[in-house]
Amino acid sequence: MSRSRGRRLGAFVFLSPGLTYLLVLMLVPLVLVLGTSFFQRGRFGGVVYEFTTENFGRLVDPLYLGVLGDSVRIAVLTTLLALLIGYPTAYLIARLPRKWKTVALVAIVLPFWTNFIIRIYAWIMLLNGPGLVNSGLKLLGLGPYELLYNDGAIVVGLLYSYLPLMVLPLYAAIERLDPQLREASANLGASAFTTFRKVTLPLTVPGVLTGSLFVFVPSFGNFVIPEMLGGSKSIMVGNLIRNQFLKARDWPFGSTLALALIAVLVVLLVAQAWAARRG
Amino acid sequence: MSRTRFTRRLPVAVTAAGLALAVAACGGESSTSSAGANPAAADELKPNADLSKQTLQVTVWDGYIPKELPQMVKEKLKVQDLKIALHETNEIAMTKLTAPGDSGIDVAFVSGQYAQALNEMGLLEPIHPELIPNLANLYPEATQLSYDKGNKYSVPYTWGTTGICYRTDLVKAKPTSWNDILKPAPWAEKKVTMMTTERWLALPALKALGYSVNTDKDDEIAKAKDLLMAQKPHLLTYDDTTFGDKLVAGESVMAEAWDGWCPTTDPKGNIGFVVPKEGSDLWVDTMVIMKSSKNKEAAHALINYILDPEVHSWAAANINYKVPNKAAMERVKIPKGSLLGVKPADLLDGEAIIDLGQASTKFSRLSEEVTAG
Repeated sequence: MSRSRGRRLGAFVFLSPGLTYLLVLMLVPLVLVLGTSFFQRGRFGGVVYEFTTENFGRLVDPLYLGVLGDSVRIAVLTTLLALLIGYPTAYLIARLPRKWKTVALVAIVLPFWTNFIIRIYAWIMLLNGPGLVNSGLKLLGLGPYELLYNDGAIVVGLLYSYLPLMVLPLYAAIERLDPQLREASANLGASAFTTFRKVTLPLTVPGVLTGSLFVFVPSFGNFVIPEMLGGSKSIMVGNLIRNQFLKARDWPFGSTLALALIAVLVVLLVAQAWAARRG
Repeated sequence: MSRTRFTRRLPVAVTAAGLALAVAACGGESSTSSAGANPAAADELKPNADLSKQTLQVTVWDGYIPKELPQMVKEKLKVQDLKIALHETNEIAMTKLTAPGDSGIDVAFVSGQYAQALNEMGLLEPIHPELIPNLANLYPEATQLSYDKGNKYSVPYTWGTTGICYRTDLVKAKPTSWNDILKPAPWAEKKVTMMTTERWLALPALKALGYSVNTDKDDEIAKAKDLLMAQKPHLLTYDDTTFGDKLVAGESVMAEAWDGWCPTTDPKGNIGFVVPKEGSDLWVDTMVIMKSSKNKEAAHALINYILDPEVHSWAAANINYKVPNKAAMERVKIPKGSLLGVKPADLLDGEAIIDLGQASTKFSRLSEEVTAG
């Protein structure tokens, strides 16, 4: 009896710093955001504490639904491309000799050692009118193409930034796979493709889901890349939220938009957890 | 059993605490109600207060005042200390200054229309001219600014206008009209940038249509929107901050730009600036004293010190902004290509942007519709 109580006390002592941190710094702001979304914008900004549900009504405004739709489209496209590039990459890394595995993994993570904004600036230098890509194409007698300040450039930037977040969970899933399963499949006469389709892929679905979520979530809410590479010509939901706070001085609506974003992401997380458990 | 109950109850307790906090925050403020203008009354200030007991907290844009200012102020004015906080934009400054409770800021640098808004919210201490003898250094025009005639609650620090910044060697014809940027000629196709900061996004279209920059009429804003939507496919990008770099790199040939941000002094000498014939705005960045300040004598002394010709000319000489201080501008050597030589009278042709209060949401909406469309 006293032993179990001691263990419980120990768990409490060790858990409490992390729990307090999470609860205080996540839950309290969340509650404040929720509260703010039910109030009104002041004449000069700030919050007027008069109850309203008008902000939630504005969410279904075609203008904002359009922005939400654009964000989903761009984030989904980025996620699919990341999966298409990330899966073979992770597969190859998992089959490398141990020494080279480490090298390859470090190479995947390496870009994170440089400042995010600088890496995005580098893309501007690469893609703009007088940039490297167009200069190279010119030598071949091609172009110039409009590579920058459009939705394509946004996808390129997001894909570049978040590809490692796809490769790493996929690598973990593929690496964990027992090679004997593949051997058994081959011994039983399955072609390499059938083995991949019927054995490897189903067993790595949790990795696929985790990687997709890791890419989708930051892509969906990103506002720096649409501004820098998209030239602010199309806005994503992240830009919209940022603008409510820093330009339009409309905190209540900004809070409502933020809640909508969180709601979408929570639904996705729950779906992922559910699918992963089933898989 | 008891373990699970414990972990389930904790979030509930924290949620309750959060709600209590939210409610407390709500109860704390009522001054920002939409009642309208209610400027604060002036405090009684002592001209010979002991400044060495006063500490100043200033909020200002990065690089906008000399780095040595805190040291200089401590030596010359004998105030106890001068601390500098930075804000990136007016909106961020407003967030700091209008948050419930004491912002702890004594002197803030904000643009004219924001000073007007702060004053109407009753957050500013009226300027006591007897404590700022250097007000006499200002151009007469600088005391008649439409958002604050007579400098009742704000003192201008820099001023300028918005126009077209362009590459003299890459344009086929020198721009003269806002239409040159709104309906770019084939040689400028996809080589034009515009600002998205809401009031300045609308400015070229409103002026080209012959409307006021301060319009709140729905049909005028709608017409401006049509013009901006028609322009969008022909733009390189919207850009509020790096349009100068794009011009220098040759990515763009024309940009809507604030005069101080147009790199006309670039050594290659191929960048020009023009105020279109339809007219433009006059923007002013000002210094204001917060009503909540407990160091108002020192705050006045600081503003008076900044209006000293030697101190004030720093801004013109170092950040290339015109200052509304006649005595200061007379000290500045104007470099080749610089726009510093523009006369105040010409500048004042521009229409000062004033705060539109609730109607400003129309411009937010316009900006969202144009960029999302």
